Amino acid sequence: MRHALPMAQIGPQAEPMARAIGACVHCGFCLPSCPTYVELGEEMDSPRGRIILMKEALEGTIELEAALPHVDRCLGCLACVSACPSGVQYGELLTPFRAYAEPRRKRGVLERVQRRLVLQTLPYPRRLRLAARAARLARPVARVLPTSLATMLRLLPRELPAAQPLPHIVPAEGERRARVALLAGCAQQVLDPDITAAAIRVLARNGVEVVIPADQGCCGALASHTGAAAQARAHARATMAAFPRDVDAVITTAAGCGSGMQEYGTLLLGEPDHDDAAQFAGGVVDVCAFLAELGLREAPATRAPVTVAYQDACHLAHAQGVHSAPRQLLDAIVGVTLIEVPEAELCCGSAGTYNVEQPEIAAALGRRKAVNLSATGAHVVASGNIGCMTQISTHLSELGHDLPVLHTIQLLDRAYARTM
Amino acid sequence: MNDVVAALGGIGLGDRLLTGPAALAAFSSDAQTAFQQRAIAVVVAETVGEVQAAVRVCHAAGVPFVARGSGTSLSGGSLPVEGGVLIALNRMNRVLRVDADTRTAVVEPGVINLDVTRAATPHGLYYAPDPSSQSICTIGGNIAFNSGGAHCLLHGMTSNHVLGVRVVLPDGELAELGGPSAETPGPDWTGLFCGSEGLFGIVVEATLRLMPVPEAVRTSLAVYDSLEAAGDAVAQIVRAGLLPVALEIMDALAIEAAEASVKPGYPPGATALLIVELEGERDVVDADAARLDALLTASGAREFLATEDLDERALIWKGRKAAFSAVGWLAPDYIVQDGVVPRTRLGEALVEIGRMSEESGIRVANVFHAGDGNLHPLILFDSAVPGELERAERLGGDILRLCIALGGSITGEHGVGIEKREYLPLMYAPDDLAAMRRLRDGVDPAGLANPGKMLAPEAA
Ligand SMILES: Cc1cc2nc3c(=O)[nH]c(=O)nc-3n(C[C@H](O)[C@H](O)[C@H](O)COP(=O)(O)OP(=O)(O)OC[C@H]3O[C@@H](n4cnc5c(N)ncnc54)[C@H](O)[C@@H]3O)c2cc1C
Ligand code: SF4
Ligand code: SF4
Repeated sequence: MRHALPMAQIGPQAEPMARAIGACVHCGFCLPSCPTYVELGEEMDSPRGRIILMKEALEGTIELEAALPHVDRCLGCLACVSACPSGVQYGELLTPFRAYAEPRRKRGVLERVQRRLVLQTLPYPRRLRLAARAARLARPVARVLPTSLATMLRLLPRELPAAQPLPHIVPAEGERRARVALLAGCAQQVLDPDITAAAIRVLARNGVEVVIPADQGCCGALASHTGAAAQARAHARATMAAFPRDVDAVITTAAGCGSGMQEYGTLLLGEPDHDDAAQFAGGVVDVCAFLAELGLREAPATRAPVTVAYQDACHLAHAQGVHSAPRQLLDAIVGVTLIEVPEAELCCGSAGTYNVEQPEIAAALGRRKAVNLSATGAHVVASGNIGCMTQISTHLSELGHDLPVLHTIQLLDRAYARTM
Repeated sequence: MNDVVAALGGIGLGDRLLTGPAALAAFSSDAQTAFQQRAIAVVVAETVGEVQAAVRVCHAAGVPFVARGSGTSLSGGSLPVEGGVLIALNRMNRVLRVDADTRTAVVEPGVINLDVTRAATPHGLYYAPDPSSQSICTIGGNIAFNSGGAHCLLHGMTSNHVLGVRVVLPDGELAELGGPSAETPGPDWTGLFCGSEGLFGIVVEATLRLMPVPEAVRTSLAVYDSLEAAGDAVAQIVRAGLLPVALEIMDALAIEAAEASVKPGYPPGATALLIVELEGERDVVDADAARLDALLTASGAREFLATEDLDERALIWKGRKAAFSAVGWLAPDYIVQDGVVPRTRLGEALVEIGRMSEESGIRVANVFHAGDGNLHPLILFDSAVPGELERAERLGGDILRLCIALGGSITGEHGVGIEKREYLPLMYAPDDLAAMRRLRDGVDPAGLANPGKMLAPEAA
């Protein structure tokens, strides 16, 4: 599509944005896969419509404020990228656009406070722990809180698992086949430290030496995906500094973090350390993709037959293009029957901080996902992202289905340990 | 203008009456983005009553209106008109009934083509017309354009599958045309409505014919070293009396685009690919398959393969159906033409298009319904390069003139819309055009339904 972006005025990020707009032929093939279009049925809340709105806002033919409500409603799930036959890298338009809009937009006081609260809490384990404790106290007053804050409370666990100190290095069992560095994930480490622990055990068992850099923090994905570019860049630089380079891969277990880190190149476009960032980004691999590529040494087996419904995490399937690897791994477990979920490509509504910012749509999508999942009759739900797992289990239990929701790597780990 | 918006506000649409700048921008074109126009308001209708009320308001105020399904028209058909209202029907998307005994489905106009088949599948039935855009285009848009698809070679276009429609006429009156049975007495009003490009009013319900899922389906893929050889093979297949459901050709550039996009894994190094699909009862397909294989071998196919596997077939079709949008990988802009030539002159047309492309320095990718001579030259250009758009448009015009000179037509299935209306006089004599105008004036004396599309405004 033709455009007339003021390239110089926008800066280095204009290039990828213009590329995405230019590649869009307005065919509409992305519409049926877009959760907000499916829910709302209006062109402005479709990928094709948002591309037009961002383009026009950048060109100045509509006010930024007119476009923003629709861009805000975008989950960033990138289902549109998987669906697009024309190769539009929608994420390379959306993320820079959010960063472009942030300093130029007006936000209400409550909105500002809430945004700061989320961005200053979730990525910091100690603060998140405190918040969860405070949340437990606040639960009785949840009714009088704004919906978004109430939603945040609802999603925070009642009981936090105890903090688990991580080793710095775990040797490979048997002959060493690879050496990797692992991102523990900031929020994940508080909400469900077992995921990282499981990843370490499964990797080691398969001959992989795992380095867990001690001074790692948040990777910046959350900030990046919500337009807080400066915070995102700071996190990215700290992460790059914390990680060793003499490894075969940097492994992530949370799909949101993985996709954020794979975008470091775009995030630091025009900065002096851009090339380094792009190179680092190229070495970031999801744990399931890495293991499927390496090949499991021996296939684990469950104690009893179990049916597993695998739900794609958007940031894994759509953003990272990791679709078959987790399925291959689950399928390799003796005793597991894998079932596909209807509307698997549709986002569950978790999408980083979306839950907090757009609670109604998030809840509608969460319910829809829970209905689809429970219809499969599976015993266990597997997924590849902590945010999705929390959202899914919250909505499943609201429907009265208390199925366990596990990370793919946890399922492998339990099968190896014969605890499942 | 404000009066119309105020009056529309009175029909109880709530927040489904859109007048903000974002909505008007997002709805300002269909898939033919060379044309852009803001409507004065967008009505997102959910009921027949709302469509009727909105049309009545427009009629009373003398304001034009345009119906819109999913906005995938390639000819500017659902482009808003200046000072007019856009009526979006995509939210009227319920399949109201599927009747397995009469093999019919009754649907709202905004139902997505593929969703009709999804609803019919449990009954062993499906909806045959399959435009490449079937995952998103609506039945209302299909009817307005009498859309076709790869499988329309055997099964016929949309009009062969629509038994009846309920329509809101341009004055707001509700009319029932046709009915659940194919044999209704009197003129074929439903047929008249199919292909009317929204000029006769708005379809608000349609009764569709469903077909039983065939017992066997076999898809062949043949590789050729030249487009002519593939074209000749088509002629031989038809001459031999075989009746494939689909006969499609893609050239090297179209194959390259498809591979860049959805990666169908077509045999590498092909200059032309021919896709042939057979379907029907088991023994018929088996017998035809043997004859087809012999024909393909004799036609000089470098290699060919055939499959009945569902996934493999789906992949072959995915590549073909993604081809239009996939050229986005090759060039920032494209114009897709929709000219038709008699099947016997296919080879000639392709050679000539190749020559014109070379002469103008504008690349053309070809993917087409070879069985019915419906070409889809995809004219690739970059509008950022000064003069390229004009050159591409000129080439498009030359191709259409070529089609007419060869005894064909300027559109097979994408409609005339706004894009090709200037070419209509090349095909029709002034008398014919006058007759069309009289018909249009009879149905819509005030000229409010999608004015300026198909028929250019008459010079004052
Ligand atoms: C990538 C791509 C591939 C395509 N492939 C094919 C193909 O293989 N075959 C083919 O035939 N077409 C094809 N098309 C063109 C297009 O998809 C069809 O014309 C389709 O029927 C349009 O449907 P829509 O719902 O998007 O209609 P719209 O674009 O919204 O509207 C099309 C026309 O129908 C009118 N209209 C819409 N709804 C109604 C209604 N309820 N009542 C009256 N008028 C109405 C509009 O006013 C307009 O004139 C393709 C398009 C794209 C982008
Ligand atoms: S599918 Fe791709 S090219 Fe088509 S409208 Fe969506 S983003 Fe644009
Ligand atoms: S990222 Fe997801 S929500 Fe946003 S436009 Fe694409 S499909 Fe829709």
